[in-house]
Amino acid sequence: MPTILILSLAIIFLTACLAPTLVRYLGDRAGWLLAFAPFSAFIMLVAQAGMIEAGEALVYQVDWFSALDTSFSLRLDGLSLLMALLVTGIGGFIVIYAGGYMHGHPQLGRFYLYLLAFMGAMLGLVVSDNLILVFVFWELTSISSYLLIGFNHEQKETRWKALQALLVTGLGAMAMLAGFILIGTVTGSYSLAEITRMGDLLQGCPWFTAIVILILGGAFTKSAQVPFHFWLPNAMAGPTPVSAYLHSATMVKAGIYLMARLNPSFAGSGLWEYTLAIFGSLTLLLAMFLGLFQKDVKSILAYTTLGVLGVLTMLLGIGSEYAIKAMVVFLIGHALYKATLFMVVGAIDHETGTRDVTLLRGLRKLMPISALAGGLAALSMSGLPPFFGFIGKELIYKAGVKLNGAELIFLVVALVGNLIMMGLALKAGVGPFFGKPNHAALPKKPHEAPLAMWLGPIVLSVAGLVIGIIPFWVTEFMVAPALAAIRGAEIAHLDLALWNLVRPNLPLLLSGVTVLGGFFVFLNRARFWAVADRVLATIRPYGAEAMYGRIFNATIWFSKAQTRWLQTGRLHDYVFLIVMTTVGFLTWAIVSFGGLNFSVDWAAYDLLIICLVIIMIIAALVAVTGRSYITVLVALGVVGFGVALIFAYYGAPDLAITQLLVETLTVVLFMFVVLRLPPLKTISGRFTRLRDGIMATAFGGLITILLLKAVNIQFDHAISDQLAAMSYPEAKGKNVVNVILVDFRALDTMGEIVVVTVAALGIAALVKSGLKGKGKRS
Amino acid sequence: MESLIAVLVGVLFATGTYCLMRRSIVKLVIGVVLISQGANLLVFTTGGLLAGRPALVPADGVAPPAPFGDPLPQAMVLTAIVIGFGLTAFLLALVTRAHEAVGDDDINAFNNTDT
Repeated sequence: MPTILILSLAIIFLTACLAPTLVRYLGDRAGWLLAFAPFSAFIMLVAQAGMIEAGEALVYQVDWFSALDTSFSLRLDGLSLLMALLVTGIGGFIVIYAGGYMHGHPQLGRFYLYLLAFMGAMLGLVVSDNLILVFVFWELTSISSYLLIGFNHEQKETRWKALQALLVTGLGAMAMLAGFILIGTVTGSYSLAEITRMGDLLQGCPWFTAIVILILGGAFTKSAQVPFHFWLPNAMAGPTPVSAYLHSATMVKAGIYLMARLNPSFAGSGLWEYTLAIFGSLTLLLAMFLGLFQKDVKSILAYTTLGVLGVLTMLLGIGSEYAIKAMVVFLIGHALYKATLFMVVGAIDHETGTRDVTLLRGLRKLMPISALAGGLAALSMSGLPPFFGFIGKELIYKAGVKLNGAELIFLVVALVGNLIMMGLALKAGVGPFFGKPNHAALPKKPHEAPLAMWLGPIVLSVAGLVIGIIPFWVTEFMVAPALAAIRGAEIAHLDLALWNLVRPNLPLLLSGVTVLGGFFVFLNRARFWAVADRVLATIRPYGAEAMYGRIFNATIWFSKAQTRWLQTGRLHDYVFLIVMTTVGFLTWAIVSFGGLNFSVDWAAYDLLIICLVIIMIIAALVAVTGRSYITVLVALGVVGFGVALIFAYYGAPDLAITQLLVETLTVVLFMFVVLRLPPLKTISGRFTRLRDGIMATAFGGLITILLLKAVNIQFDHAISDQLAAMSYPEAKGKNVVNVILVDFRALDTMGEIVVVTVAALGIAALVKSGLKGKGKRS
Repeated sequence: MESLIAVLVGVLFATGTYCLMRRSIVKLVIGVVLISQGANLLVFTTGGLLAGRPALVPADGVAPPAPFGDPLPQAMVLTAIVIGFGLTAFLLALVTRAHEAVGDDDINAFNNTDT
């Protein structure tokens, strides 16, 4: 039933709109009610799993901008289903959790609005089939996450960090959009389902490198790959439910999702595979290195998330069947345990008032349920059997040992990364609960978190244990169809049962090494803290974030400088700049349209016209240079009446009559105010006048050339001829110009009358205010 | 037929633009008047010039005998003339009033008048 796609989107967006009202009446209990939206979407989507597993896809399509080949088309296949289930399933628990975490917050309604809007955007992103639609939802996630990260906007630092996330991901998205348009141009389609079948066409086209780089610009910024990694740890400025949801389960995976989605088109090209593998490994190593020195539990988790994003990208780059399988399993496992760990950390922060690992110890007696959930999640993250995380880690090693030659480096990277990640997992998920309690050092007296705050963690962490022991349902209905979508192949049946993996072979040995190394890192954690501040302070000035800061400040400096330079506040400068620009563009246009190739006809004139034009030119010059009002007014009058004569001579009696009338009125008007005007005088210096004179002459000359070129072009007179032919039979008028004005284009004339009326009203107001001002003064 | 008029249009634009770049506020009005004359002639000329052939239907005919002056640019210019007059009149009133209010005729002195 394809309508469930639009239905699940609608239910989440509608609930988002209702959230502020519900919170007003129900307070923070509203979370329980609001969670129905994601959960009902989850159930509707789960019901489709059987069909997806059979190899079909759900398609919903309505026309949108058909002229631009853009339709509102949604499509649910294995990969989309997997992502959609994570978004809605984890999202539901986050909604409940936020009610407890944000207990009593005055802006809770607004928070839920942002959170659910984000959820809808994310769901829309993963089920969109049209590239333009993907971009729209992609940007919606950026904007809503900006609002969520900057939720505590009273702090300057939070605003800075939120803006950073928005700018980095937003600029990346611009690159991605350009990549999308290139793809659309090459393949002639914006439908993902069609594009993924046209890999050969794309890889053969000359723009392939540009497409890959532009698309990765979007994916790498969103999924925080090196060198755009820095915004992700900074995004921890948002409330913890946001970190748990956006920065573990969903938004940061949008980049991974996009890369996985386009993988069938790009796989097989060395550019794609090596770029992903190398940047993924770099991200993993950097994240693990920086993670070692963190003291804030939330930061530790942020860096491990960064590391996981690196692993996923790397696996996608390796691209073998095992690697993709490992990626999908790792993605699910990570979403489960990382959301849990963030929520547990939020609970600890909420109950103790600190997130400093050097202070947190021995909380297991006081917070037993959180301790259980955190412990289970940390073990899954460590990759110990029988947790789901173990399967993911085993598969990574299985993919790794299949590599050969120089590519074995990725296996080493994976080993080092996993080892540190286990250390960090224990540090964040187990460390706070064990050891000798020192409750006196904590800012608040701790006790167990409320139901809303431990329900999600416990369900998700137990789920990680259960599907580790019985992986059949998940592998059959989620992993296998997703694998098929990413590899662009038929759905294969997987056997990921635990007992098949626990065999004495090389991957298991590597797992053993990981466990030992992980414990070693965990036990020596205090050594890293001891030097943390020094190490971080040493590398900070050279990091990508420092570079971001410099670019940011340089942009602001440039913007201010060019404003100072262009916006002088003097009319002269504006006019000069406009004229200069126009002269430049006109010259360019004239040159590119064949230069000075026009014919002139100096011979065919009446003496009358020649004399008239010469007199008018002199008059125009006198009008500019004249020193007394009488001279200038006479000169202007000569120009105006001259124009009227030209109209009359060249067969436009109506224009001539109007011009005469208007000219007379203008002169009268001038005479009327001339006594109240200041004397004519020269203010600018000689140099300025010379410069302006040259520029004005250039402008006038160009207009002449333009006109000479224009009259050499044969115009199509169809409209004029038609109007002339219709004039008498249709409108019963013998003067064609008049008929055009009052019949065919009567609305224009109406507008003209309005303009004159408004001008008259304006003049009346000005004159009246002048009189009043005078009265006051006297 | 148009070359001479084209030169005239160029002169009107040049003198008008030069006036617009002056600091004396009255010159602004003169500049606007000159440029609008130039613009009207420009549009009028682009339609092609034909001496003494207005687009009038003779008493016993149903259409003007070809060739006739293009009526469409003429209609547009007619509108433009009237609107140009409205603009000039308004500008004149504004400049007069502004001169009284600020007490200066240098446009650069108008920068700091927000009080």
